[in-house]
Amino acid sequence: MAKETHIINIDHVSKSFGDKKVLDDISLYINKGEFITFLGPSGCGKTTLLRLIAGFLSPDEGVITLEGKDISPLPPHKRPLNTVFQRYALFPHLDVYDNIAFGLKLQKLPTEDINKRVKKVLKLVSMSDYEDRDVNSLSGGQQQRIAIARAIVNQPKVLLLDEPLSALDLKMRKDMQIELKEMHRKLGITFIYVTHDQEEALTLSDTIVVMNEGKIQQIGTPVDIYNEPVNCFVADFIGESNILKGRMMRDRRVAFIKHEFDCVDEGFGEDVPVDVVVRPEDIYFTTDPAKCQFTAKVNSCIFKGVHYEMWVDTDTGYELMIQDYDPYEVGSEVMLYIDPDDIQVMKKERTANTYAAKVIGEGKVEFLDTEFECDTAGFAEGDEAVATIRFEKVELLDYEEEADLTGNVVFILYMGNHYHLTVKTECGENIWVDTNDIWDKGDFVGIKIHPQSLQLSKPTE
Amino acid sequence: MKTGGRIVAKAYLWLILIVIYAPIAFIAVFSFTEAKSLGNWTGFTFNLYHSLFTGATSNSEALLVALKNTVVIALVASLISTVLGTLAAIGIYNLSGRKKKTIQFLNNIPMLNPDIITGVSLFLLFVFLHITKGYTTIILAHVTFCTPYVVLNVLPKLTQMNPNIYEAALDLGATPMQALRKVLVPLLRPGMISGFILAFTMSLDDFAVTYFTAGSSGIDTLSTFIYSDVRKGGLTPELKPMMTLIFLLVLVVLLVVNLRSFRKQKQLEI
Repeated sequence: MAKETHIINIDHVSKSFGDKKVLDDISLYINKGEFITFLGPSGCGKTTLLRLIAGFLSPDEGVITLEGKDISPLPPHKRPLNTVFQRYALFPHLDVYDNIAFGLKLQKLPTEDINKRVKKVLKLVSMSDYEDRDVNSLSGGQQQRIAIARAIVNQPKVLLLDEPLSALDLKMRKDMQIELKEMHRKLGITFIYVTHDQEEALTLSDTIVVMNEGKIQQIGTPVDIYNEPVNCFVADFIGESNILKGRMMRDRRVAFIKHEFDCVDEGFGEDVPVDVVVRPEDIYFTTDPAKCQFTAKVNSCIFKGVHYEMWVDTDTGYELMIQDYDPYEVGSEVMLYIDPDDIQVMKKERTANTYAAKVIGEGKVEFLDTEFECDTAGFAEGDEAVATIRFEKVELLDYEEEADLTGNVVFILYMGNHYHLTVKTECGENIWVDTNDIWDKGDFVGIKIHPQSLQLSKPTE
Repeated sequence: MKTGGRIVAKAYLWLILIVIYAPIAFIAVFSFTEAKSLGNWTGFTFNLYHSLFTGATSNSEALLVALKNTVVIALVASLISTVLGTLAAIGIYNLSGRKKKTIQFLNNIPMLNPDIITGVSLFLLFVFLHITKGYTTIILAHVTFCTPYVVLNVLPKLTQMNPNIYEAALDLGATPMQALRKVLVPLLRPGMISGFILAFTMSLDDFAVTYFTAGSSGIDTLSTFIYSDVRKGGLTPELKPMMTLIFLLVLVVLLVVNLRSFRKQKQLEI
């Protein structure tokens, strides 16, 4: 597995803080000289992964190797890596020169060498003549440059960057992105970059690792990740998208929004439920009835600078987002089509909620640390069973009194005509819910499961 | 009406200042006369200052010894407290949740605990452990009540600090010891200095704890010396110039500290 071109190998690494599993069996390799980005929402474990590589944390399980050698026993100061920290973490009691020279002085290099190298990196980050400045007197952008200079002056094999641009304003951030890319090209070393900003990740990276809830969702080039997301999370997190329930009719033929489309995907089987992603810029307007695949009514039209963003209601009752250079009048009927190439079909991660349950009495079953009523015909007390609840059968309440259990909405996906919510219950398990009601991320909800919507089946071995 | 109110406010301020400073001024004024009994003015002279420093009378010699003891004990105790307190603060900062709260709470108790209780309990502890009373016991006792003040002064410096600073030092190749010496200590220095000064003054004017932990060792600090002196009858006259000098010293130190921080602030504004 460890190839010459791999500089870092992360092998089945897990990490927990208390009861919370922050990283769950992460495996990936990083190529020498590449610009790789760990991308995900806050709390997805991306920073933890970076800190494991830097050595500020050690993994509970798994091995991290650098150039084929296990670095787990090495403390951070012995690893040939350097980090650019989120809020710079410059030493406020030292001036610019001493901040940058800090690592070199520890190596006891001769003063002339240190001078030369400090001058060189200052030039690289366009901060020449700033040697004697107090770091506290520098602007955010300048401090960021010094932080980068301080890290690269030690000529690390890998540069770790922990959301280095998050404290800068938009304009500054864009400029720094270009400079970082340029620096990466000049230095030729491996950059590992952590961010929650998908646009930043797409702009900078050779490879993106999309993470969520401690797991890797997808690894690929920016183009792959954008065009061929493997699941709803990635599709939703990267860019704008229409995510819809679909059905693979047969190879190269998929149905969604109650229409059938040609597509390029194969191998899903026949008549299989899938998820479909269509990017808003990939739905085209046409005036040619022969090309038209479905019609819709324009619901809203907003100018976004380069393009117009329109929401349309399809003839079959779905809402879609479309981006186009030309505006269409609100209320007008339009004809639309989608190229087969632009339809991304994804395997469904799940089709219903299923939990390992235990029958605890006549008509009573326990799962999710909660007791539920349901039909237990065919089961005896103490039997193991699998409880299945369809997404649309879970009822969410905004009060606790009548609820079976409670949880927080952690993820919301709009599926064209309904919302697909991920609700994290108090025992840490997820319940997925299809609903027409509008909830917000973070909402505290009561969860009600009616006896008739709960189905028990024998566990499969 | 407006000016009337202002006059009253000003008068009140002056009244308070007079009440606070009159006793000190009183001692300062009477340090320049030789009269044995307080309040008698027998003409201006530097004689008391002279005999204080030459140790001309036996009492003034004992007074100088007590002063030396006080300063040595305060210096040693506050130095030890500063080191212990800083390390403790770093430890507390790195704890989290309930552990941190509990330790911080435990740290606050000795400061609120009446000195007399600290003194008596330390006295009993030393007796129980058969530690001979003397410099060691006094310094140990002073360290116990001074350390929490250092912790209290250093902790805020840690919380103000960028949490990644220590890691940044490690990342750049510093060993944990080097990171402590080259990065943490310089950053915590202002807190350590104010903690040291506070510990020093707490130790300097402590009476109850010293009284119980000095035992019969015969070691006197200023406070215990004055206490036994008064009981023997009458204050040693040389106390007056000494008090005046101590007050002046404190005044100068405060002025220097304030002026420095004032200048620093101005520099930052520019």
